Amino acid sequence: MSEMLRRTPLAGEHIALGARMVDFAGWEMPVQYTGIIDEHTAVRTSAGVFDVCHMAEFRFWGLEAKAALQHIVTNDLDRIDELGAALYTVMCDEDGGIIDDLIVYHTGDLEYLIIANAANREVDWDWITGHLPAGVEASDESDRTALIALQGPKALGVVAELAPAGYRPPDRFHIGEATLDGVPVMLARTGYTGEDGVEVLCHASHAVAIWRLLLSFPEVTPCGLGARDTLRLEMAYPLYGSDMDRGVDPISARLGWVVPKDKTGFIGDAAIARVREEGPASTLVCLSVAEGVPRHGFPVLHEGGEVGKVASGTYSPTLGHGIATAYVPSALAAPQTPLSIGIRRKVVPASVVRPPFVTKTSLSASQD
Amino acid sequence: MYPNDLKYDREHEWVRVEGGVATIGISHFAQDQLGEVVYVDLPTAGATIGAGETFGEVESVKSVSELFCPVSGEILDVNSALEDAPETVNEDPYGEGWMITIKLSDPSEIDALMSAADYEAYLTEEA
Repeated sequence: MSEMLRRTPLAGEHIALGARMVDFAGWEMPVQYTGIIDEHTAVRTSAGVFDVCHMAEFRFWGLEAKAALQHIVTNDLDRIDELGAALYTVMCDEDGGIIDDLIVYHTGDLEYLIIANAANREVDWDWITGHLPAGVEASDESDRTALIALQGPKALGVVAELAPAGYRPPDRFHIGEATLDGVPVMLARTGYTGEDGVEVLCHASHAVAIWRLLLSFPEVTPCGLGARDTLRLEMAYPLYGSDMDRGVDPISARLGWVVPKDKTGFIGDAAIARVREEGPASTLVCLSVAEGVPRHGFPVLHEGGEVGKVASGTYSPTLGHGIATAYVPSALAAPQTPLSIGIRRKVVPASVVRPPFVTKTSLSASQD
Repeated sequence: MYPNDLKYDREHEWVRVEGGVATIGISHFAQDQLGEVVYVDLPTAGATIGAGETFGEVESVKSVSELFCPVSGEILDVNSALEDAPETVNEDPYGEGWMITIKLSDPSEIDALMSAADYEAYLTEEA
């Protein structure tokens, strides 16, 4: 433990709130305050606030910025030509291996903001800047940028109270400028919980003020990484490092929808097209279990033989039972396929189900 | 938080002895460290068990913990109510959150367990 853990500008707030702090990707982060299930429920029924300052923010601009990033990410930036639009994507190496998953925001004229996983900050930065032509400007703004997620059916109501009268929040998967109680911020209508809400970007020096402001609302509960994980897995949102990594291509990871079939000329295009053509050998599936809690690395069995391992696994507070993802041979990936999971001494039945695990949220309601 | 009439072991179980029968559960410290309990796996009544052997496991959202039996004997009863209401372990660890009862085969084993004061000192040491 000679390595010093990094702290976000909000670490002191978490400790004052009595959070249990853990090492996450080299950062000292809150895993829970009062309890994971309470925090989870707060986000599904009211609103929760998350410190995600550890995530990386990169900005790219210049006349060639769009063309350069088109070459690096798999999804099609033509889809976000409108200013303020955002796009979920992955970027891959030449073999189609996933380097990271990202959200790209079209924040300004000739300008893009990318939010990336904390653990991949250095790898991503080196990869992207290593593939940028001269003339595209790049800035790693992670240290000076705070990111605070406000998620839940009551999140937008809280934003409305803090923004100037008549403020119109960005549409879903869009970003825009705002002021919250006079503090200049960017509000991104994105998140990792399946609920409606925003992710607030502000200067690190304003992080504590924004955090306290959001928590001054009785409907807002502070939430840790524990609830973040149960919320995202209920939606079957993948987590880098568990559900995908450099050894997996986007087709096998069920992320074919972020690799448009008609897009070419990006890193990994040929390798990914080949997997798509031939069909992936294994596929990431969602598994529902009736008994016990499946966890990362537990064996997945079919007719007594091991066919894969649990990628992500947890207890779903909404459903009241265990849920998991796992890579299994594609022949076993169809819904209702009966598999089982070895949970220490027991073997429990696990059924392949269609994602997401939880279908009714404030987000699904607003999209109906 | 650590009732004086109970005995404790280093694995954070508590024991209440009444007329040669021990009731066993997990301590306030154990349930607090685990967080909200979502699953309790207990043995079937009638089996015999030795001191130090595992008798089941308790899981929270984030972690799992094996349950160690502090004493030897026959398992008389298990708290099957925890199957449907595992959160009782958090809400009432020394009461409704009990896990098993055991007919002691060697009552002297109780003497090796910690008093509430010793257990609190042990927790301070461990911290």
